[in-house]
Amino acid sequence: MSGVRTLVVWCPDWPVAAAGLCSPPAAVLAGGRVVACSAVARAEGVARGLRRRQAEARCPGLVVVDHDPAADARAFEPVVVVVESFTPEVEIVRPGVCAVATRGPSRYFGGDDALATRVAMAVDSALPKGAPACRVGVADGPFAAERAARQGLVVPAGSSAAFLAGFPVATLGDDELADLLVRLGIRTLGQLASLPAPSVLARFGPAGGAAHRLARGLDERPLASRIPPVDLTVAAELDPPADRVETAAFVAKGLADRLHDALIAQGLTATRVLVEAEWEHGDRLGRRWRLDGNGGRMAERVRWQLDGWMSAANRPSGGITLLRLVPEEVRPDDGRQLGFWGGDRAAAERVARALARVQGMLGPDAVVIAVPAGGRSPAEQVRLVPWGERPAVDAPVRPWPGRIPAPSPATVHSVPIPAEVVDARLSVAGGAWSAVAAWAGPWPVDEHWWDDAAHRRRARWQVITAEGTAHLLSQLDDRWEVEATYD
Amino acid sequence: MAGERLLPVLPVLEPLFPARALRRGSVVSVAGSTSLALSVLAAASAQGSWCAGVGLPSLGLAAAAELGVALERFPLVPSPGRASGAGGWGWVVAALIDAFDVVLARPPAHLKGPDARRLTARARERGAVLVLSGAGWPEPAEVQLTVASAVWEGVGQGHGRLRGRRVEVAAGGRGAAARERRLSLWLPHPDGGIREVVDERRAHARRVVS
Repeated sequence: MSGVRTLVVWCPDWPVAAAGLCSPPAAVLAGGRVVACSAVARAEGVARGLRRRQAEARCPGLVVVDHDPAADARAFEPVVVVVESFTPEVEIVRPGVCAVATRGPSRYFGGDDALATRVAMAVDSALPKGAPACRVGVADGPFAAERAARQGLVVPAGSSAAFLAGFPVATLGDDELADLLVRLGIRTLGQLASLPAPSVLARFGPAGGAAHRLARGLDERPLASRIPPVDLTVAAELDPPADRVETAAFVAKGLADRLHDALIAQGLTATRVLVEAEWEHGDRLGRRWRLDGNGGRMAERVRWQLDGWMSAANRPSGGITLLRLVPEEVRPDDGRQLGFWGGDRAAAERVARALARVQGMLGPDAVVIAVPAGGRSPAEQVRLVPWGERPAVDAPVRPWPGRIPAPSPATVHSVPIPAEVVDARLSVAGGAWSAVAAWAGPWPVDEHWWDDAAHRRRARWQVITAEGTAHLLSQLDDRWEVEATYD
Repeated sequence: MAGERLLPVLPVLEPLFPARALRRGSVVSVAGSTSLALSVLAAASAQGSWCAGVGLPSLGLAAAAELGVALERFPLVPSPGRASGAGGWGWVVAALIDAFDVVLARPPAHLKGPDARRLTARARERGAVLVLSGAGWPEPAEVQLTVASAVWEGVGQGHGRLRGRRVEVAAGGRGAAARERRLSLWLPHPDGGIREVVDERRAHARRVVS
């Protein structure tokens, strides 16, 4: 089960090319450090990671610009359109890199080599003037394919692991993990791949497991984890239609947040999202973006995409009327990373084991967890769910008219205590009478009036006795109960 | 958090504890106020610790959330079985001490001294904090908090609503906690949360002097 045969188009020095600075010695900076430079500048000794002053010292006359990821994405849009003419399923990994599955198109165009050559020629014709030629690579899985693209190689099917074996572990892009691996003497992907998978997973957690799969030329995620979830698609209609990027991006941000929350509620994180837009005159555009499972990133990607469409020379007429985000690929959210000695996850597992023991002895309903719910009385404001049962996703708690305002009582009697009130004196459960020093209310409630059997007309009072005890009393017709105590 | 010896308490409650935090392996008893007992766990719970509640069928969970307890990490065993034996109160508390950072429990009536000592030893061994709400713990706890007086504000003769409560908390205990400490608190403050009661006259005097 090797990775899906993938073709990757890599446009070298894309931030520089997108800024139109390929011919002079130029560098693009983000956070004060060089993130990309032109070939001329590289020949002079400029490299990624240098500080501005270092770079300028090495290459006098260096043109320096700030990094603008949105501009990168905008300039990349024509390239994606060209790749899309070969197969509609284009996935943008990041501006400057896109990937397609080669199974269909390779057959049509006569093999991976022929496809790679054709794609490379077509993309070169769409690149900005003076940009270095793109490189195209084919291998098993997007990770190996991107490495192959940097060398312009077509790696035969099934030999991606051998191709990757010589690369340093830093290639994985996880600095922390790479640092740890090197200190343990594992310097290349080949060495990592030769370790048994369960041991790697046990020692390095999910991040290590994913790295191990990549090193073996497999997909990052086992195929089984790609089960499409319940329909989590989110959409928003724009009325009036948005013809400015800002307007559409604002709506898109809300959509992305909504999708992110819905995924979190299911314990999922998206790794690929389809951005779709419908236009006033019936055009419909869609584009796939690869994500690393971060909601903020998703909003940013969607904004880039909208910017790309709306600033294209041949943009559809009119404004956007509908935006849709479809999470196409999801995986369980691993949550926060484990520390070496356990941490969040270890504690949660210990807790789950102990509670399972108690449930085994007392029955599953004996252990409960509180979930906020809507309601007027203190008892109704939380719902108790047996531990281990996933609570249904509740509607957000809305304001309830007649709700007793905070602070809430710290004791809510599981069975209300009968009480008597006569002449501003209170007796609880037949006990001694005490004077009512102060009171507030009533908070009247007329519940279930549509149902004769369940109809209740109730009034609630906050009462402070002469001893200083504060109770929440409930009056039902002429019966009184202590519902809760503020202790 | 497993490696640390102390669990945090809310900054206003720090003066009540000799270590200015909850020492792992210790027993804290709180008498006279359920909300004070909940406040003792609030900071640890909010910062990621797992807390459990045993034998508290009438616990006000909306109040717990308002005081800062993270309900999703606060499983409850409201009604354990008999006082002793498997499935009983002592057994459940012991099982949870093994896994949780803090266990909040109300001791049953007639709890025997040896049972209490066994749980104290277990908490010390496992590094959990046992917080006991209400009376009935036959052993002296390391830190003992008692609400000496409480006055509610905001309610009049048929108007207003409960807003805030001033409480006088007395803290005692064994060892380093033996010296009695007193603290006046807003529990809760009319604007929410827990704050120290600032003596208006003294605060005013200080302002005038400075």
